[in-house]
Amino acid sequence: MQKISRETLIEKAKELLQNGTVSSVLGWKAGEFSYDVTPATFNSVEELEKDFVYNDFCGANFSKYLVKATIKAEGKILVFLKPCDTYSFNQLLTEHRFNREKVYVVGIPCEGMVDVEAIRKAAGEGIVSVECTNDGLVVDTLYNGKVKLAEQDVLLERCKVCKSKKHVAYDELLGDEGEVIESKRFDEVERLEKMTPDERFAFWQRELSRCIRCNACRDICPACTCEQCVFNNPKSGVENKAAANSFEEKMFHIIRAFHVVGRCTDCGECSRVCPQNIPLHLLNRKFIKDIDNFYGEYQAGAEVGSRAPLVNYTTDDIEASDAVRKGDGENA
Amino acid sequence: MQRIGVFVCWCGSNIAGTVDVQAVAEALKTEPGVVFSTNYQYMCSQAGQDIMKQAIKEHNLTGVVVCSCSPRMHETTFRKTAAAAGLNPYMVEIANIREQCSWVHKDMPTGTEKAIILGKAAIAKVNLNTPLTPGESPVTKRALVIGGGIAGIQTALDIADAGFEVDIVEKKPTIGGKMAQIDKTFPTLDCAACILTPKMVDVAQNEKIRIFSYAEVTDVKGFVGNFTATIKKKARYVKEDVCTGCGICTEKCPQKKVPNEFNLGMDNRRAVYIPFAQAVPKVATIDPDHCTMLKTGKCGVCAKVCTAGAIDYTQKDEFIEENYGAIVVATGYNPISMDKFDEFAYNQSKDVITSLEYERLMNAAGPTAGKLLRPSDGKHPHTIVFVQCVGSRCSACDEKGKEYCSKICCMYTAKHAMLTRDKYPDTDVYVFYIDVRTPGKSFDEFYRRAVEDYGVHYIKGMVGKVMPEGDQLKVRASDLLANKQINIDADLVVLAAAIEPDKSARPLATMLTASMDTNDFFTEAHPKLRPVESPTAGVFLSGACQGPRDIPETVAQAGAAASKVIGLLAKDKLTCNPCVASSNEIMCNGCSSCANVCPYGAITYVEKEFRQPDRTTLVRRVASVNEAVCQGCGCCTVVCPSGAMDLKGFANNQIMSEVDAICK
Repeated sequence: MQKISRETLIEKAKELLQNGTVSSVLGWKAGEFSYDVTPATFNSVEELEKDFVYNDFCGANFSKYLVKATIKAEGKILVFLKPCDTYSFNQLLTEHRFNREKVYVVGIPCEGMVDVEAIRKAAGEGIVSVECTNDGLVVDTLYNGKVKLAEQDVLLERCKVCKSKKHVAYDELLGDEGEVIESKRFDEVERLEKMTPDERFAFWQRELSRCIRCNACRDICPACTCEQCVFNNPKSGVENKAAANSFEEKMFHIIRAFHVVGRCTDCGECSRVCPQNIPLHLLNRKFIKDIDNFYGEYQAGAEVGSRAPLVNYTTDDIEASDAVRKGDGENA
Repeated sequence: MQRIGVFVCWCGSNIAGTVDVQAVAEALKTEPGVVFSTNYQYMCSQAGQDIMKQAIKEHNLTGVVVCSCSPRMHETTFRKTAAAAGLNPYMVEIANIREQCSWVHKDMPTGTEKAIILGKAAIAKVNLNTPLTPGESPVTKRALVIGGGIAGIQTALDIADAGFEVDIVEKKPTIGGKMAQIDKTFPTLDCAACILTPKMVDVAQNEKIRIFSYAEVTDVKGFVGNFTATIKKKARYVKEDVCTGCGICTEKCPQKKVPNEFNLGMDNRRAVYIPFAQAVPKVATIDPDHCTMLKTGKCGVCAKVCTAGAIDYTQKDEFIEENYGAIVVATGYNPISMDKFDEFAYNQSKDVITSLEYERLMNAAGPTAGKLLRPSDGKHPHTIVFVQCVGSRCSACDEKGKEYCSKICCMYTAKHAMLTRDKYPDTDVYVFYIDVRTPGKSFDEFYRRAVEDYGVHYIKGMVGKVMPEGDQLKVRASDLLANKQINIDADLVVLAAAIEPDKSARPLATMLTASMDTNDFFTEAHPKLRPVESPTAGVFLSGACQGPRDIPETVAQAGAAASKVIGLLAKDKLTCNPCVASSNEIMCNGCSSCANVCPYGAITYVEKEFRQPDRTTLVRRVASVNEAVCQGCGCCTVVCPSGAMDLKGFANNQIMSEVDAICK
């Protein structure tokens, strides 16, 4: 159960709509199932009261929506951002992707969002409804009846290893500013690093072979905001290029990881939306770990205007040969 | 579709020896776009060029592929040939089938196969080439010389002589460099100061030359003809234009215990000092690390005694920006540290010294006023051992020293030995050497004189250990010719320390994007044919920053570098490289990645209106490249996440099609 209730958010949104600070609100409304919430724009108090939803399933990172929304909207947009979303927000500002003046950010605290796949694993198939109560989730299923689950057990992977409860960008805060957390998010990367190259190749081959190229990871990724993605660009020479073998097919994810390197804030949206449950965030996290390792800690989006080490040069930079040696040594 | 002509060169037997040129020309005939293919003995000869010109006209060629040597050799030649036949010169591509093929392969079938593949790649690229037109950029008619030693001085004088303005930036308070510290010069034994100081005065008096002493270059932007350098003038706490150099402050300064770097710490100077009598500019400098006034705020003696009122304790470092057309690097060298050479007891005994320290001991303006006295007890030494190659010619795995020969040590050691025997015939002088290397005009004669006329004992072999014992130094060495061990009780041991580039060279090379070798010496554009130019256009090399060298060589190179600078500055306009970046505005996000990595500041952002599919207008921020400033390095194309940035002449699709052609 989130600390902040739906009512508090509606209250805040109403206030800002009514006093003219904002002209629209970016929020969530109910989807087809109770665990399925959809981002939506609300333009009036009536719409808010009727459809606005806020619960443990509101994991979507709204930062990327602002790129298009700010172009469409006449006035200011109210957006509710969780701490992890604010990093993407700053990163997009660094890249001049939207006009900060057109956004009013209300920072909301977050206790971690739940993962419907984890619920399905714990409670079984056939989820009829999920109720978020003060002492956990009550899941009604077709086959197992009502199952009670603790939220902590069914959190999204990114929330289990949450890196920060700190809001790095906001106009107003509901609750505390929060702190950066000592996170265990690199443990899984380390596990992969300890594998032999063959084992690691087999791991990724297994994971990526499930990819159906639905492009959901790219479409949700706040770092993927190109006017025209290279994978859609007929002039790029890589669009619709026939794959030479079963692995080349998976180059999509590797190229994508390279494209977002140094810009990925580790928001975890790619893995959250993947219908095939591929742990795509691990590719990006390996890059983040290596950058931290080679150039000192760097968190994309921690501040607006920061320069990622890979597109910055300082005389203390590691020599390429040393980076290779260090990388090899670690993996050996 | 292009109409491409392919010209396969034999380069005599250089290519034809390992590549079946006939087969290459035949195989490439059927490639897409190729309408003509031939081979010839020397494509770069007049006759070869005529074949190309004729083919361009006869077959209405729109593109040319020359399978020949590296484009560094003859790309310009063939571009000019194509232009003479009315073709855009940038429609010519070179397939390097010599350096990258015939020279590295031994048998004909492999060589031929690879040559065909390289040819196919070049054809694939030409198919996507577009005609390019170079622009022009102006030349700032002023040169920057970094370093004020003999190399920098000579370069500056020669450039100024041709009528161009020159600025010298020297990090020490005076120009003069190492040569000012040297006593006599080989092989003529004339006094270094006597030949250097007139040049220093010339520099000071030359209206075209400005000296920024006690200053450093902290940033360099721009490109050939249009550099902008930021120069940090360190606070010397003395008004340079007011100080008369009378020296009263240095006499009255109560802080007397500052090691004198000019004499390598063998005597002391004051906290306010003028490095030596003939310093240029002759201006005092306050050493902020030792000045009581600057450290505690209590003293102010120098300000009181200065009649000119030149002392200013509030002075701050000053940064100035200047524009230059050319930059000469003359950062010089230093002897390496002797800390790692414990076997010679340099750190244990005051009487083990380096050769540069020996120069100061012999010099009339040195710590002993030119009398040869031991640093430990001020007694005259009767047995002196010189050790050569200390830290030079070490094996590659040895982390103590350098792999290279420091080149100047054989000659200056012969000089030291000779001068010592000349002044003090009662002294026994031993020189331990690996080889004596004296290839220079009158050099070997000089060395022979030391051995034959002056009775210096030259012993082939290395000194294994020096042990201080009482007031003597026990030297244990081997004589390789006599095949025996030698023990000498010496009074003084002089180490010919290897020389290395100045520590300021590496950060400077980074600023200038000039390349260096593994020893931090600057590399030249071509070791034989372009020895004084750095591979970075507009950056030239003078003196020991490029490799160990003596004074005559340094002066010759300084003149050569100056003539290259003059040749550049004499031009009013430079032709720009048309292979520059350009941004596809439809795809550009305006994310600023390209502008962040551009080393030349060539990318700016503009707000542009775009028509949307729904017929509305959208204003977007997009990158715009200043083609006169862009140097075509391609960093922007690599960081651009959307592939909007591309390089003319080296477009992504051209490179990809080359790769595809090779992998097919």
